[in-house]
Amino acid sequence: MKQPLLIKKGAEASLYLADWHGRKVIMKKRLPKKYRLPKLDEQIKTYRTNHEPQLMHEAKRAGVPTPTIFLVDIKGATIIMEFIKGKQVKQLLDEISKSERLYLCLKIGELIGRLHECGIIHGDLTPSNMIQNSEGKIFFVDFGLGEKRKELEARGVDLHLMKRALQSTHFRFAEECFNAVIESYSKVLDAETVKNVLDKIKEIERRGRYVAKRKGEEE
Amino acid sequence: MKRKRTFKSYCLGIESTADDFSVGISTFGGEILANVVSAYIPPEGGIHPREAARHHAEVASKVLKEAFKKAGIKPQNLSIIAFSQGPGLGPCLRTGATVARALASYLGIPLVGINHCVAHIEIGKLKTGAKDPVTLYVSGGNTIVSAFDSGRYRVFGETLDIALGNCLDVFAREAGLRQRVGEPFGAVVEKLAEKGKRLISLPYTVKGMDLSFSGLLTSATNLLKKGEYKLEDLCYSLQETVFSMVTEVTERALAHTEKKEVLLTGGVAANKRLQSMIKTIAEEHDAEFCVVPSEFAIDNGAMITWTGILAYTHGVATPIQKSFVKLRWRLEEVEVTWVR
Repeated sequence: MKQPLLIKKGAEASLYLADWHGRKVIMKKRLPKKYRLPKLDEQIKTYRTNHEPQLMHEAKRAGVPTPTIFLVDIKGATIIMEFIKGKQVKQLLDEISKSERLYLCLKIGELIGRLHECGIIHGDLTPSNMIQNSEGKIFFVDFGLGEKRKELEARGVDLHLMKRALQSTHFRFAEECFNAVIESYSKVLDAETVKNVLDKIKEIERRGRYVAKRKGEEE
Repeated sequence: MKRKRTFKSYCLGIESTADDFSVGISTFGGEILANVVSAYIPPEGGIHPREAARHHAEVASKVLKEAFKKAGIKPQNLSIIAFSQGPGLGPCLRTGATVARALASYLGIPLVGINHCVAHIEIGKLKTGAKDPVTLYVSGGNTIVSAFDSGRYRVFGETLDIALGNCLDVFAREAGLRQRVGEPFGAVVEKLAEKGKRLISLPYTVKGMDLSFSGLLTSATNLLKKGEYKLEDLCYSLQETVFSMVTEVTERALAHTEKKEVLLTGGVAANKRLQSMIKTIAEEHDAEFCVVPSEFAIDNGAMITWTGILAYTHGVATPIQKSFVKLRWRLEEVEVTWVR
């Protein structure tokens, strides 16, 4: 095995590009966080390393492309998975035309819909956790904060996070992107659920500390 | 003699978003001449907005007089009046705004309405020398991770429900602890936590870049009522869990923005354990760790004063008829004309 190459030092884990039995793979290693107590650190690392591959597998079943898992090493807090050659949606959004952007967001909305339909909450829906490969297929990655849940609250927060991520890094076209996401998301789930999820998003926003309209106030 | 000072321009700033009424006076160059704070401490329970506002109205003239005395200037020397226009508690904000409007119109000088959250960031930058930091702002009313991008302080992460400081305060009250002037609940919990040894498992809730503390608070309060654990251990576990959560989100913002400074501000910034956690992630990302001195980390008039100067010298003023308070004024709504 060649020396793994560090390609991203995230806050939560480090990603290495490595050679594994002749295959190009991503090695995701959750490194100990010095700021956390060792016991707490161990709990969080173990939980996430254990959970992430399960959710990625279930996402596949829901029809959402995710990298294939090759090996899970709980003790070493390491996951070895398929390397997806492509571009982060985060980068793409800034590079493509308006119509391409809308098309991309429509596809993303559909994938989120499929996840939610199958009771999967991604937990960190941001354009940097989506990769488009050369064939135009979009892969969702980083399920470390994910959960198996079907409650409106969980779905609402998931979409709210997507909206927030768009607002903080793609503020110029955050609104049109999010509207496109919702448009296609609405086609996957039944109308009543969609309505309830959208109401929930509004409620979550109003619950926020400082927003124009708070919970219980008139529109 | 004070005479040469009359050539300088001065700003007076009033802060009254929550339980503190404070007046700051500063030169346009950023020399803070006075920063007088009067805190309202409820006899029991949390802050009642009306009671806090009554306190503010009662102490306003005394605090103003003391500020002028400390600064060694007269009201006639002032060039502008700044005040915290929001976000915060309505009655408290209105009391501060009324004092500010009265002063500005009596003296015939411009009024500048300031966003409280922006002020926390700006005073932090002034006092620590940070230029373009990722800021973790943690207090009794706010929990925000932000960084500057394209004209505004963008919110990267925030609480989805209650603020971190509020979580600690409510827990402390439930435990029957007492706060005093100069020793808020946070400091009391910190002291107890230092004696704690056993880590009790509490919900660790990070959702993307956002946080949630309400479930954690309920869980900690329930354990407290059960009486099976030592209060010291509960305080220790509560601190370790909530601080690990905000540190994780701050680290993610740091990794995402690749900024080279981390600024810790707000009332909870005084906590030594939180400081050490944020310092650790700053070092790991080769960023400089900056923490606001506690006098300027809590709610204070000086931060409003300084931000008022920045805003006014970059074309911002608030006509009296538009000086109504904004209870839920979000950080990212403010156009930060004075940065780049």
